[in-house]
Amino acid sequence: MGYSEQTKKIYRDQLDAIAQAGLYKQERFIHSPQAADIEVEFPAGSEVKKVINICANNYLGLSNHPAVIKAAHEGLDTRGYGMSSVRFICGTQDIHRELEAKMTEFLGTEDTILFPSCMDANAGVFEAILTQDDVIISDRLVHASLVDGIRLCSAMHDTFKHSNMEHLEEKLQLHADKRIKLVVNDGVYSMDGDMAKVDELVALCEKYDAMLLIDESHSSGFIGKTGRGTHEHFGMMGKVDIITTTFGKALGGASGGCVSGRKEVVAMCRQKARPYLFSNTIAPVVVAGVLKVLDILNESTERRDKLERNAAYWRKGLTEAGFVLKEGDSPIVPVMLFNAKLAQDVSRDLFAEGVYAVGFFFPVVPNGQARIRTQISAGHEIHHLDKALEAFRKVGKKYDILGKTKQEIIDKYGQ
Amino acid sequence: MPDINEMKETILKYVINEYAEEDDDVNFDTPLISGGLVDSFSMVSLKRFLEVKYKISIPDERATPEAFNNVTKITNLVLEFL
Repeated sequence: MGYSEQTKKIYRDQLDAIAQAGLYKQERFIHSPQAADIEVEFPAGSEVKKVINICANNYLGLSNHPAVIKAAHEGLDTRGYGMSSVRFICGTQDIHRELEAKMTEFLGTEDTILFPSCMDANAGVFEAILTQDDVIISDRLVHASLVDGIRLCSAMHDTFKHSNMEHLEEKLQLHADKRIKLVVNDGVYSMDGDMAKVDELVALCEKYDAMLLIDESHSSGFIGKTGRGTHEHFGMMGKVDIITTTFGKALGGASGGCVSGRKEVVAMCRQKARPYLFSNTIAPVVVAGVLKVLDILNESTERRDKLERNAAYWRKGLTEAGFVLKEGDSPIVPVMLFNAKLAQDVSRDLFAEGVYAVGFFFPVVPNGQARIRTQISAGHEIHHLDKALEAFRKVGKKYDILGKTKQEIIDKYGQ
Repeated sequence: MPDINEMKETILKYVINEYAEEDDDVNFDTPLISGGLVDSFSMVSLKRFLEVKYKISIPDERATPEAFNNVTKITNLVLEFL
């Protein structure tokens, strides 16, 4: 037995410190499928409560769509439950390759490789295509999975200030002599909901002969006229060299991700990306579900159009109620509270009012930037949004933050 | 030989522009690494800036957290390799 009292104490002390700092994360048990209306047990052991969910990445409301479930059932019946293999041994079915081809077409790229998750795609892509002769220049607010992937790679790493194109240009000049320069961004930034300036990024990358990678996890399926992502929104289809994205959000919400882009980059991932080489293939049931999701999105833009309308309605409602919001055009609408305890209290009170929205605070967002991150879905109907707005107004009034400026909220509750 | 004071000012300006927040008070002797302003990843790009700006090559074994801990020390390190 190597698990001594001393070892146990090391962990207990760390867990206590997390709890004392008010940062202990607790799961809430959901007793229903993912949807606008869900049934939640929280705290553990309490009675199950019906609430409106406004914190899922279920942007298109497809996580529980009958056609997707039916297709997944068919996939289960015809291709089985699991493959018990990585892709290159005996884990590639016809439908895995079919999904790669469909994603290539959907994103307007040259080729695609599937990964067990986008976290894995981001963990694998950099090491597969770069060496110590190269440099990665990333936006300072990119997702943690990109940061981790960059750390696993031997290329030099530099950063530029969030969405600051002048600073990026300085860095491109500084690293002009590097063999390969790779600029890395999120398409939509998940905590603030703002969009990368993809047109300006493409122009700078072309000027300085750099490749561009964008993580489209919070935009694939709904940003852009036909939901292809931020590259479509900015008229830059075919000009982003590498796109990474997930099937775990708008595209069905189950799991899996991919790297899509230049043919040679994808081929390098197939030879060298470790999460692809050493992790199991995506389960056939999930592949079958995502294929159906893409069919639905190729047939009609109805769902992304509804999401756009819902997000605008929600943002307008919160603004009129007098909340401080982060500016943006995406379905991610952060309600700024600045103080961590206030964010937790507001979240708790919203839950009591039948609205499930989680508070985010340091270290997930910068200190003093605590918030409730709301995420709108095409699965929401106007009555969901109206009820949630009513709850927000009631709770906002209780804490006297409606119509107050950032500074007034900070003066009242601290930062 | 460049003017040492000018070099210190240039490096300080770069450090402030790159790493400091609005309310950080950074001077020539502010601890950068031990003070938490510059992390080990950022040190790599700081080294790169110095090498390109002053056309020098700093061996990795000399680019230690101790040698990069404030602007005065960084300036002295650069001077060694000019």
